[in-house]
This record gives sequence, C-alpha cells and structure tokens, in this order.
Amino acid sequence: MDPCIAAAVAEAHRRDWGFVLAATARITRDLDAAEDCVQDAYAQALAAWPVQGVPARPAAWLTVVARRKAMNLIRRNDTLSRKLPLLAGAAAAPGPADDDYTAADTIPDDRLRLIFTCCHPALAAEARVALTLRLLCGLTTSEVASAFLVSEPTMAARITRAKKKIAATRIPYRVPPPSELPDRLAAVLDVVHLLFTTGHTAPAGQSLQRRDLAERALDLARMLRQLLPDDPAVAGLLALILLTDARRHTRTATDGQLILLADQDRTRWDRAEIDEGLALIRAALEHRPPTRYALMAAIAAVHAAAPRWEATDWQQITDLYDALIQIWPSPVVALNRAIAIGEARGPQAGLAALDDLATEPQLAGYHYLPAARAEFLRRLHRTGDARLAYQEARLLADNPVEQDFLTRRISELDA
Amino acid sequence: MAEYMVFIWDDEAAWAKADAGTIAANQAEHEEFIARNAAALRGGNRLHPSGMSTSIRRGADGGVAISDGAFAETKEVIGGYYLIDAADLDEALRIAVQVPAWFGGVEVRPVWTVGSLAAQ
Repeated sequence: MDPCIAAAVAEAHRRDWGFVLAATARITRDLDAAEDCVQDAYAQALAAWPVQGVPARPAAWLTVVARRKAMNLIRRNDTLSRKLPLLAGAAAAPGPADDDYTAADTIPDDRLRLIFTCCHPALAAEARVALTLRLLCGLTTSEVASAFLVSEPTMAARITRAKKKIAATRIPYRVPPPSELPDRLAAVLDVVHLLFTTGHTAPAGQSLQRRDLAERALDLARMLRQLLPDDPAVAGLLALILLTDARRHTRTATDGQLILLADQDRTRWDRAEIDEGLALIRAALEHRPPTRYALMAAIAAVHAAAPRWEATDWQQITDLYDALIQIWPSPVVALNRAIAIGEARGPQAGLAALDDLATEPQLAGYHYLPAARAEFLRRLHRTGDARLAYQEARLLADNPVEQDFLTRRISELDA
Repeated sequence: MAEYMVFIWDDEAAWAKADAGTIAANQAEHEEFIARNAAALRGGNRLHPSGMSTSIRRGADGGVAISDGAFAETKEVIGGYYLIDAADLDEALRIAVQVPAWFGGVEVRPVWTVGSLAAQ
C-alpha cells in the first residue's frame, strides 16, 4: 500500500468519521447499521483510492459510498425498517444521486444531531463519553476501553447497552429546540471537557498526558464552534481547551518529570493556540452572566498573558474565581480560589483559605489539597508540617508522574 | 408514536402527614396536568398506599407464596401512574416533567408492546 494513500485514509478517518456516520445514520435510522456501512466505505477507500487517486473531497466521497451502501441494505432487506429499532426523528433525507460526488455539498452536516444523541441526559455519564468517542471520533471499542482504563468487554457492554437505550426509549436524533438547547448543550460541553481533562492529566498510566484524547477533545470543540458559531458557552470551552493545551510541551521535562505552572518555560507555550484562545474569550465573555467555561478560560488567559509566574495578576485571578464559585460552587473551584488567594495575599492567607476547606467531604482524598497546603507551609518555613503534607499528597496521588514530583519536593525540603 | 409509562414515586410517610390543603392542591395540579395533556394521555390513576399491596412470589419448588405488603421495601413507592403517547423520549420527558410529584419524582419507561415483541 502506498504510504500516501494509507495516510490519506487515516486522515479521513480521523477528520471525517463523525460527519460520514452522522449522514449515514439518517438513512439507516439505526446506529449499528450505520457504523457497518461507514466501516465498509473506509475499506472501499483503501481499495479504490490507490487506483483512482485520493478524491478532492474525501468526506464527500466516503459519505456518498456509505449512504449508497445504506440504501442497498434497505433495498435488500425491506423489512429492515420494521425489524430493527429505529432512531426517532431521523427522517431519511434525500441524498445526491448515486455517483454524484460533487453534489455532496448538499449533504447536511448532521454531526450536531449525532452529538446531542450521544450526550443525551437519559444516558449514563460514562456512556455519553464512550458513545461520543466511538461515533463522533471513530475510536474502536478497544481504544475507548483503554482510554478509560476498563476492560474491552466492559466497554463493549456499556456501548451496547447505551445504543439499546437510544433505540428502545427513542432518544431522538435531533438538535434540541432553543428552549432546551442551553441545558442539553451543557451536557455536551461537559463530555468534551471531561475528554480533554482526561487527556491533559491522565488519571493513571505511565505518562501524564494522553495526547490522543486531548486532540480529540480539541477537534470536537472546534466542530461545535463551527456548527454553533454564535454560542458563548461553546466559545468559552474552545478557548479554555486552547489556552490549557498551549502549555502541553512544557508540563513535563525530557525525563517525564512534572513541571508546575510556576516553573514552566513560557517561551515554549504554543502562541498560535494562545492567540486563537484569546480571540475567542471576548465572544465567550459577552454573555451575562458568563458561563463556567468562559470564566475558566479567562483564568487561563491571565496565566497566558503573564511572562513569568511572579508577574501573574493574582488579584484578577482571585476575582475570576470569586465569580466562578458563584455560578459553579464546586470544592475544586474553592481549592483553586484558595491557592490564588495565597499567591495574591501571601502564604498565610492562602493557608487560612485552604484550612476552611479541610472538612469538605468531596476534597477528602484529593491530593491537590495537601499538596497546596504543603507549598504554603514550605514558604512559611514550617518544614516539618510541609513534609507531612507532601507525604499525605503522595499517598493520595494516582499518577506516577505526580508521585515522583511530590517525592522530589520532599527531598528538596531536606536539602 | 410510542407509549411511555410514567411512574410517580412518592414518599408515603410524607403523604401520611400531609394536611388537607396539601392533598387538595396536589389533586388540583393533577387535574390541571390531565386537562393540559389530554391529547397525549392514554390512561392513568392513583394507587392505594403500598400497605394495601399483596405480593405473590413463586418459590423454587413451584409453589406460590402470597404475602402482605409491597414487593420491595423502599422509602418511595409507586403512588400513581400515567400512560402517555409521545413521538420520542424528549417529547415524553416534556410531558412527564409536568407531572406533580410533591414528595418524590417520576420515572419514564417505554412500553414494550407485546405485538412488537412478537415481530422481533
């Protein structure tokens, strides 16, 4: 196989799977059948493209082929529509004529329908993430399973059950009406954000980041921005992902060791992603009150604007956390706010703010709390207390890169 | 169109303590719900308290045991139900969200009709 062709098919798989599947599901009105047709279309591309060349618009080519397979499937088996559970609301749209790849412009982009179906609140949260990776991003069940550290049979059962629920309860294949859109979109954004954070700081495994997941999340956020260009919540999430992702090359040293935001080489932050993120912030903050992701993006933007950790506008960050905690009173936000207070007003103030959270049940077992206490204790030269806090954090941390970091902090105390 | 069963799960202890005004207001809300959704409603009613239930279980030996009380002991019990028609789950949820359930919540389940079972 010509490596250029293989690369073109792989690229089309990554970029266009969701588009092709979404368009095909409208014909089959069944997700499993649509997946089979799309899989066949990619297999056909591997055979056809070496002969006839890579088409000018691979997504259109693949969609026409997959939809033709879907039509054949329905013709061959005209009981299909009665036999299989149907996707509610997926009235078959007339497509372009069989061989008219150029008319594929008229294929509606159904990826929004697909993602709203995958992220429906009637599905379990873990199933929403799994379905989104599988159907929008084209990951195999085995890849989805390894992303979330569960066995392949477990993940296969989760996906099967979710698809069955979509069919049996008739979860519609439709973009929600404006009255329901904000709540339903929030569920979609939470899935994309969870994917990004899982990729940005892997909960376990040997490396800190899972770049494949972080990149999928970025792709999905860009897709949502393209399809919902006027939505401030979408702009906020994309800005947040870009501004956080911009630091990806500086978060670990060449030996894999963790480097804190304070110590990162900011000249190696991704300027293109920062600029793109900053440009979106204005759109994101226009909405009143600003959404949770827009405020988180604004915090990331303040960090991005500071040439050095010491030059960070901590008062502004504290103000942004004050606003964030109003709309999203989460203990983790309270923890980050306490850290910002410590940077703005000194370690004693930070420690006092952290101590207010000591009895918060949701933070019990969360290693960032003792790690933050340790940092302020260290600055106050309370070495013994700092050591105990670092040791507690190390016991609670799951990621080996973070464990190593805490071990180094402890040995630096002794030095 | 599909049928959905909307179960009303309520805390019976709370209802036992409710005053006449609460009971009347709840009744009025149900009447209002029924009037507003008449086109979609296929049936529905309230149920006597779970203390009025009689459970039947089949033993491994094929025998039948009849006992007083609900099938499972839970704080919330099914106090009533509506059977509704809806095009899809979103439409069913839009109706179900209006069902009064003062001391609990509602659960929506699609009806799996015996006819379609045979077809599959």
